[in-house]
Parts: sequence; C-alpha cells; structure tokens
Amino acid sequence: MTFEQIKQILKTKTVGIAGCGGLGSNCAVALARVGIGRLILADFDLVQEGNLNRQFYFYDQIGMLKVTALKQNIFRINPDVRINTFDIRLCQSDIIEIYGKCDVIVEAFDKPEMKYMILDAVHNHMTEKHLVMGVGMAGWGDNNMIHTRQSDNLIICGDEINAIAAECPPLAPRVGVVANMQANAVLEILLGTNDKQIHSEN
Amino acid sequence: MKIILNNKIEEFTGDQITINELLHAKTFTFRMLVIKVNGQMIKKSEYDSAIVHDGDDVMVLHLISGG
Repeated sequence: MTFEQIKQILKTKTVGIAGCGGLGSNCAVALARVGIGRLILADFDLVQEGNLNRQFYFYDQIGMLKVTALKQNIFRINPDVRINTFDIRLCQSDIIEIYGKCDVIVEAFDKPEMKYMILDAVHNHMTEKHLVMGVGMAGWGDNNMIHTRQSDNLIICGDEINAIAAECPPLAPRVGVVANMQANAVLEILLGTNDKQIHSEN
Repeated sequence: MKIILNNKIEEFTGDQITINELLHAKTFTFRMLVIKVNGQMIKKSEYDSAIVHDGDDVMVLHLISGG
C-alpha cells in the first residue's frame, strides 16, 4: 500500500485513546501523523513538569488540561484530524459510552486497576472491539524484552515485567517504544493486516 | 496433559487442573491478574472451580503500573 492508499483508509477510522500520559499522548501523535480520521481522547489530569520526561507536551503547557494540550499539539502536526476530548476520570459506563463507536481502543492508563476496568468493559460489553494495551514499560534498556502478544481481540504491548517504582521510573525512550508499538498494532488492525482480524472476517 | 500457557506448550501431570493449582504450580502470585481460558475471562471467584483441560489455551496477564 502507498501512503496515499493508507491515508484513504485511515481517514475513515476512529481510535479511542484512554489516558493521555506517556503512552496515550505519544500513541495519539503517531496516529495523527499517519492520517487517522478521528481520535477520542480522555484524561482528567493536568500537564505537570514531571510529565515532560516522556509525555508529548511542552514546558509552556504546564497547568493545562492534558486533553486540551494534546489536541493543540496534534492540530499543529495534522489539522485534519477530528478530535473529541473528555476531561473526566473514566468509569466503566463512560468507556462503553464514549468509545462505543471507535474502531479500536488504546488502553493508556497508569494504574493497574484502571487497566483491569477497561479490559473488563471491553471483554464483557464490547466483545467485537480490539483493545491494545500497554503493560510494562518503566525503566531503560532491555529493548528485546519488549514484545507484542495477542489473544483474540486483546493485544498486549510491553515487557509485562517492569512496573513503575522509585528506582524504575518511566522514561521517554521505553515509554515511547511501547506507545509506538501500540500505534503500530492499531495500524495493523485498521489496515486489515492483523492475522486474527483477517481470520475473523473470513 | 499439555496446554498452551502464554503461547508456550506446558506439560502437567493428570488430565485436568484448576486455575488456582496452575497459578501455584507456575508461582504466579501477582495481585492484579487477568486469566483467559480459550478466550473466556475467568473471574477471581472461579479460580478454585474453573478447570483447565488438555489442549486448552491459557493466557495469564499480570497488569502492572505504567502508562
């Protein structure tokens, strides 16, 4: 496929981004660059100085709502992306409501409880939808431990080992790798080159 | 019996095992686990009763902080 053909497909697609921290902000930007049609962004938090070591925000955006700042940044890259923002702390019914019409959902939460909540919501209430999760990206190095695996419509990206800790902080390189792996998995689904997707359509 | 555990073939004695027995055998002791057997999510309350049989495809996912 040429980039023109890819853009023709992607401009008809909607991706939900659940959480706009290190994973969500970088994944959303990658999808915007390649011409995704619509992004649905949700995060309740404000940009803080400590986020700038990995999240796609700028120093002069400190104090802004992340969803507002991210929308600004995406428009500076690709003004054709349609963006819906929700500055809320998502609960299960919100997830079902605001991401119900998405083609794919990207899980980009920080807390394991939230990761469980969205997995449970998609598995029980949106069974046909692909969910691309980020699990394990703190620290540095160990490139080859980062992987992707799939079980039906659930796709996991990360090392599945390194949780955040005082001695194992989340940093731009590794968080960026996983965020872009998630975006790459989304493309595979949307462009119809994901094996499971092809299988389910046959 | 042979099962697929996280995409790898694993062998266990006997012809069935409960989820809890499987978790103990593999020393999965994490707090926030997601377990799928042949695509079906297993609730925590069912770990003692849900049975894994020969040939089953089991996914054990440990949800950890970071995003």
